[in-house]
Amino acid sequence: MARITVREAISQALWEEMERDESVFILGEEVGVWGGTYAVTKGFYDHFGAKRVKDTPISEAAIVGAAIGAALTGLRPVAELMTINFAFSAMDHIVNEAAKLHYMFGGQFILPLVIRTVGGGGRQLGATHSQTPDAIFAHFPGLKVVAPGTAADAKGLLKSAIRSNDPILFIEHATLYQSRGEVPEEDYLTPIGKSKIQRPGKDVTIVTYSKMLEISMKAADQLSQEGIEAEIVDLRTLRPLDMQPVIESFKKTNRAVIVEEGWRSYGVGAEVAARIYEEAFDYVDAPIQRVAQKEVPLPYNRTLEQMALPQVEDVIRAVKEVL
Amino acid sequence: MAEIITMPKLGFDMAEGTLVRWVIAEGEDVTKGAVLAEIETDKATVEVESTASGVLLRQLVEQGSVVPVNTPIAIIGQPGESIQSDTKKEISAEAVPAAGSEKEQEAQPSQKPSPAIEMQTTAQELRASPLARRLAREAGIDLGQIKGSGPQGRITKVDVESYLAFKGRMASETVAPALVSEPVSPAAFTPGLDQHIPLTKLRSIIGKRMVQSVQNVPHFFVTHEVDVENLIALRKDINNLLPEGEKISVNDFIVRAVALSLKEFPNLNASIDEEKGEIIQHGSIHVGVAVALENGLITVVCKYTDQKSIRQISSEIRALVDRARQGKVRSEDIEGSTFSISNLGMFDVTHFTAIINPPEAAILAVGSVTPKAVVVDGEIQIRQRMNVTISVDHRISDGAEAARFLQVLAKYLEEPLRLMV
Repeated sequence: MARITVREAISQALWEEMERDESVFILGEEVGVWGGTYAVTKGFYDHFGAKRVKDTPISEAAIVGAAIGAALTGLRPVAELMTINFAFSAMDHIVNEAAKLHYMFGGQFILPLVIRTVGGGGRQLGATHSQTPDAIFAHFPGLKVVAPGTAADAKGLLKSAIRSNDPILFIEHATLYQSRGEVPEEDYLTPIGKSKIQRPGKDVTIVTYSKMLEISMKAADQLSQEGIEAEIVDLRTLRPLDMQPVIESFKKTNRAVIVEEGWRSYGVGAEVAARIYEEAFDYVDAPIQRVAQKEVPLPYNRTLEQMALPQVEDVIRAVKEVL
Repeated sequence: MAEIITMPKLGFDMAEGTLVRWVIAEGEDVTKGAVLAEIETDKATVEVESTASGVLLRQLVEQGSVVPVNTPIAIIGQPGESIQSDTKKEISAEAVPAAGSEKEQEAQPSQKPSPAIEMQTTAQELRASPLARRLAREAGIDLGQIKGSGPQGRITKVDVESYLAFKGRMASETVAPALVSEPVSPAAFTPGLDQHIPLTKLRSIIGKRMVQSVQNVPHFFVTHEVDVENLIALRKDINNLLPEGEKISVNDFIVRAVALSLKEFPNLNASIDEEKGEIIQHGSIHVGVAVALENGLITVVCKYTDQKSIRQISSEIRALVDRARQGKVRSEDIEGSTFSISNLGMFDVTHFTAIINPPEAAILAVGSVTPKAVVVDGEIQIRQRMNVTISVDHRISDGAEAARFLQVLAKYLEEPLRLMV
């Protein structure tokens, strides 16, 4: 096992898949000569050439639209949107075309499309560039939404996404690129649509994903010092949502805290909590708690931004609330 | 949203409590877990903790009111949250019908049902988590029997489990039922603050009788170490044949052994009447067993003990203890004992001495069964041993008689088949 950053893991996944399959290509703003805003595709242009690493105009609608067209003709495009906030400019292409073409044409086409994008706050990028609108995209049937929280999952899930015949929104986190984790040396795939226990425990189930996995793990370590053992379920994929590990864990602990970076209202926590109530009502021993971003546009000011984002202490407080 | 704090149910038999003192005033900040008020029940004075953080918006009952359990006593909310101003009066009137003036009583129907009254209704509903409800349903128990420890008195899994464990222990074979009581939460220790806890009726009675005994009865004590290796083995064999809930405790064996021994020592099954100048050797043997309660102890009596089989003794004592713990003890359950047993065996007690329960002549204090290295036939063996200490009224009997009694008792316990025939 090598200990590498999430950035390296994603980069490796792209590289390996492009080496493996000639139909895989990259398009996006500054992905070529510049090497990507988050330096994920550094060196790709020189190695794979301009034909397979395409710099595009600053038009998200054009990027996604072109990628959809390419996918329909049999290529495997990996479109990069600099941040998920810009995906709103491509909303029609993403939710009305990518998510529906296979369905609307009666399965005549497949759409092997990956849209890589970057979400999350914490880097003082202001209200319009720091959002976590994951739930919005996970709302649409026909679109798979993947959001890894570890280096190993980032690599394995991206490789699975590229090999998948379905349109997939692959949401990376702006502050996770530098975080390191063990990644297997050999070629491996991580299945899309499978949640995973990232930390075993018995007292409370924490359901989370992406950056909030890191926050929840820290909270769990502190709770452990107080004798509280939290089990952490990492959703990894928001759609299709794999509730089985969540339900199994909940039936053991009878208490759940859901931690998401996005806003609470109509969020991932709301969905997961509702599913728990539906599928494990007779195991509920305390009202489920949600930890989420304060319901304000994310402030630019560093202190205020951190206050608005869920912190380790918020998770600890919520856990104690359900115990 | 405002949270309603209700009069907690602090014991199975608690129906009402007196709110003796408000600790937090209206308008004061309160954090979850802080002491809101002090409440007096017929057993003790306890503190009511807040189940929410916020501001104490309203005290719903006056200091000194007698309040039925589950009746709202306070509303906790956010600063500035509005509560209908007449809430206090209405709920007070509801809580203490005798204290409410006619005017208030009459005024109510003409008003629209206020939110406060609606809130009260919901607060009085049984709060239990879905899991607790399912566990209770599966175990066939009534949630009304259980005291909730969650927010607003919600019954959770832990409450159901500890209730079941409590019930289980009462019927269990592993622990003598005699002295197990439901878990008692000790009054919170507050550094620098003396707690003044009024004596309950039960404590006063215990106190008077014990002072009377120690002052008037010249006690002496004799201890005997009994080998219970065979008894433990026999009990295990018997219990393997018995269904759950009918298992026999070590204490049941002791009760029967004491009863049979007393037949040979009528002078220890006796009372003294100093005025008449006579010792009354009782014609019946009624063995009493001390039962620890939440806040004291009582002695339940198994009548005509010597005429009953172990299983009969066991089931009778179980029923007696059950009633005592639920506060449903009948007068005949606790009267007429001629000899008492106090068993602290389940608390890892080497040995102890008990105070005689007047007007009886003696009491037997039973320690724990412990494996010990002892010499048997010139060899060291590990055997199950148990200390019993008899306290005897020296006006009635002497050391030699007490020692002989213990020899006979030990013989029964060491050859326990004699208890079965």
